[in-house]
Amino acid sequence: MPDQFRIPIMREDAVGRAIARMAREILERNEGTERLALMGIHRRGVQIAHLLQDEIERAAGVRVPRGSIDITLYRDDLMAIGPRPVIGESKLPPGGIDNRAVVVVDDVIFTGRTARAAMNELMDWGRASRIYYCALVDRAGRELPIQPDIVGRAVTVLPHQRVDVMVPEIDGVLGVDVVTTSPEAA
Amino acid sequence: MSRSAAAAAGLGKDLVGIEHLGARRITSILDTAEPFKEISERRIKKVPTLRGLTIVNLFFEASTRTRISFEFAEKRLAADTVNIGASRSSVAKGETLVDTARNLEAMKIDMVVMRHWASGAARFLAERIPSNVINAGDGAHEHPTQALLDMLTLRDHLGAIAGRRVCIVGDVRHSRVARSNIFGLLTLGAEVGVCGPPTLIPPHMRELGVRIFHRIEEAIEWAHALNVLRLQLERMEAGFVPSLREYNRIWGVSRARLAVAPEPLLILHPGPMNRGVEIDSDVADGPHSVILEQVTNGVAVRMAVLYLLAGGRPEKAEAAKAEEVA
Amino acid sequence: MSPRPLWIRGGRIIDPAAGLDATADLLLLDGRVAECGGEVEGPADAEVLDARGLVVAPGLIDVHVHLREPGGEHKETIATGARAAAAGGFTSVCAMPNTSPPIDDPASVGFVVAEGRRAGGARVYPVGAISAGLEGRRLAEIGEMVAAGAVGITDDGHPVMDSGLMRLALEYALPFGIPVADHPEDLGLSREGSMNEGLVSARLGLVGKPNASEDIHIVRDLLLAELTGGRIHLQHVSTAWGVEAIRQAKARGVRATAEASPHHLILTEAAVEGYRTDAKMNPPLRTGADVAAVRAGLADGTLDVIATDHAPHHYDEKESAFDDAPFGIVGLETAVGLVLTHIVGEGVIDLPTAIERMSPAAARAFNLPGGTLAPGSVADVTLIDPARAWAVDPSRFLSKSRNTPFAGLELTGKAVMTIVGGEVVWREDGSG
Repeated sequence: MPDQFRIPIMREDAVGRAIARMAREILERNEGTERLALMGIHRRGVQIAHLLQDEIERAAGVRVPRGSIDITLYRDDLMAIGPRPVIGESKLPPGGIDNRAVVVVDDVIFTGRTARAAMNELMDWGRASRIYYCALVDRAGRELPIQPDIVGRAVTVLPHQRVDVMVPEIDGVLGVDVVTTSPEAA
Repeated sequence: MSRSAAAAAGLGKDLVGIEHLGARRITSILDTAEPFKEISERRIKKVPTLRGLTIVNLFFEASTRTRISFEFAEKRLAADTVNIGASRSSVAKGETLVDTARNLEAMKIDMVVMRHWASGAARFLAERIPSNVINAGDGAHEHPTQALLDMLTLRDHLGAIAGRRVCIVGDVRHSRVARSNIFGLLTLGAEVGVCGPPTLIPPHMRELGVRIFHRIEEAIEWAHALNVLRLQLERMEAGFVPSLREYNRIWGVSRARLAVAPEPLLILHPGPMNRGVEIDSDVADGPHSVILEQVTNGVAVRMAVLYLLAGGRPEKAEAAKAEEVA
Repeated sequence: MSPRPLWIRGGRIIDPAAGLDATADLLLLDGRVAECGGEVEGPADAEVLDARGLVVAPGLIDVHVHLREPGGEHKETIATGARAAAAGGFTSVCAMPNTSPPIDDPASVGFVVAEGRRAGGARVYPVGAISAGLEGRRLAEIGEMVAAGAVGITDDGHPVMDSGLMRLALEYALPFGIPVADHPEDLGLSREGSMNEGLVSARLGLVGKPNASEDIHIVRDLLLAELTGGRIHLQHVSTAWGVEAIRQAKARGVRATAEASPHHLILTEAAVEGYRTDAKMNPPLRTGADVAAVRAGLADGTLDVIATDHAPHHYDEKESAFDDAPFGIVGLETAVGLVLTHIVGEGVIDLPTAIERMSPAAARAFNLPGGTLAPGSVADVTLIDPARAWAVDPSRFLSKSRNTPFAGLELTGKAVMTIVGGEVVWREDGSG
């Protein structure tokens, strides 16, 4: 189905400001960089985590360890959606996650199912002392009682609208669009 | 999207053989296996992907290795598994394969991994039950997951399959491993040779596009990798080779023979090995042997196949896709 | 009590034995052919059959069928087999002796004869065993079996592996004037095989039966017939070299007859793809080159007769892994359609030659009555509609078994009436 409307809601500078704010908030909550680690969720959460890592280094002078996580194998809808043949790499941050405050970084939090899967997976990886959930965009539509700790921007969108986060490594630009997919909205 | 187009994107309901898979699907399985290698390195070697699925390992022939490899793969994907061996099942009481299958179905299972003595048995079962069927070896026909793990191992070491020369050595006539490897390697663009006594090489193999070597020295000079097959003791008893000693002296893969190769050959063996028959210990344990990597890759490949088949129900994928748009 | 006279009018009478192919009338009276040819005046009480557009042929004869009784009644009985034969246009069949117990003594021959008479379909002629118990060790009571009604001997299903025994059979059968039929196969080369040895078997991982396993015994049997002066009948010839060996032997004057089966004239080993057990038969379906050679052999008369090797099996016996399934397919109810569509229709032989191979040649090979419509001969007649289009539907078979690789096949040409001894034993109802 072709996209009907694509409206930019955050351009590169806005994303940059949001990331800076999120980095500060992480440092505040954790009271510094002590035993802090970042885990980006495939695919675009990995890039957002990278931006946060840079930002934290700028703010606190410390490069906190960073890993990545692919939640495909922890999804609760494999039987329904069919397999995703390409499974991204799950990689622990150097030093692991045991006794660390782990910030899980997602691009968009929507139903909460990705967050659920990510937390289950993290618990199989080790015992973090604390898990924070951090999303660049928070949109409505939660199906599980899960709320993010740190949010770049909350947006209100309709059920037939989609939030696209774009990162340079995959999409060539940094930004956030709202896409209206339903034909009756056209 | 038509049903056939949906099926082409995934693996379909069953994995019965390599022959008709096509390069795209084979490559997709190998690529999917890569991330599964890492799961076996985790502290908790288990992901919840197949939670709630019941998988029956139905082995009409004893095969400790293949069954255990499948069982590891199933358990690491959190499936529930039941093992049925020929001696314990009702085949001995004259029950037909159809009846066995229907009885399993009646117990509401999701997948069957089957090893059977008859060529075509996996396909037979797949056509008759709605569960996914994975062929774990049917007679002298195919053993697809073995070929996939062999190809994954070859790709890891040779960088690619296309253009590489792989020679399968030994009892090709009776070997499902040989057939699956031949089909898969040819599909991926490798050059394939087979080597062994003419009594163990079906003459019509040449028509498949396979080079036939009757002397191991020529095969070693030609190949980048040797996949050495197990020589069953029964072959000697049936008169295909006069003695195991003679077989070792003429077709055995030894260090001395490998020494003359222009560059070191990769050595594969599907196991279990007869040391001192088809392969000498110093080769099996030598620096170019990847036999234990094959075992490790076997679990990853089987996880990938289980994963792809579990989700690979095209009608469900289509229904979900319609919802996902919203 | 004699049936009503039958006055068959206006059909195309093809009687190869008499060299007749003309639109004419045929009158059957008291179980015999009374008049044949030209316009005939039938008696007032005769049943008149309008045969315009139909072929009127001497009753078709299948010299190779398995009726499974005794011992395999779940697959077929003599009664169901005889009715299936009639439905396929056959007026006579030769029943193979590999039953359980086998037909290897005069009492069991008598049983087949009696059951055949009761069946009310095609005539059933027993073929007795060559060896006692089909065990291949010593001769069965051949003379007594002939006296009880056996028209030939064979160990079919099993080859005669001992060449010495085969020699004795050919010699011993001489005074009785019966053919010795053989299923030519050297088991040393083929015992484990379940299909033709070739590229398909190599791909499917099935053990093959090489052509040589059949060729060796064909050549052996021909040499033994030459040595003894006996009459050899080679069953279901499937190989190119086998056909050539028979051709050469016949040219030397060896007393040999041979069969071609419809499936070996039409299908190749490719039909086995997918492990189709309905394409599993022995001898196996072979290559295109073999099919071409069998067709050429049929055309030039090297292969004398078309015989179906009707081999019924219960469905759940074929519902198994390929290696576990039994050999054989049913053939009685598909033979005429297959021959007309694929052998005559593809120009291998013309229609009169096809009838020759399915009737007079078969009668000659086993010294059976019939095979001609000459006045005085038995009133066995088959009416064929050469234009009838139909599709093979195994659920409509009169045979107890359904194992055919031809299910669903569209054919043109069908037997529409079968007359045995002047009596209509089967009549196409018109709906199919």
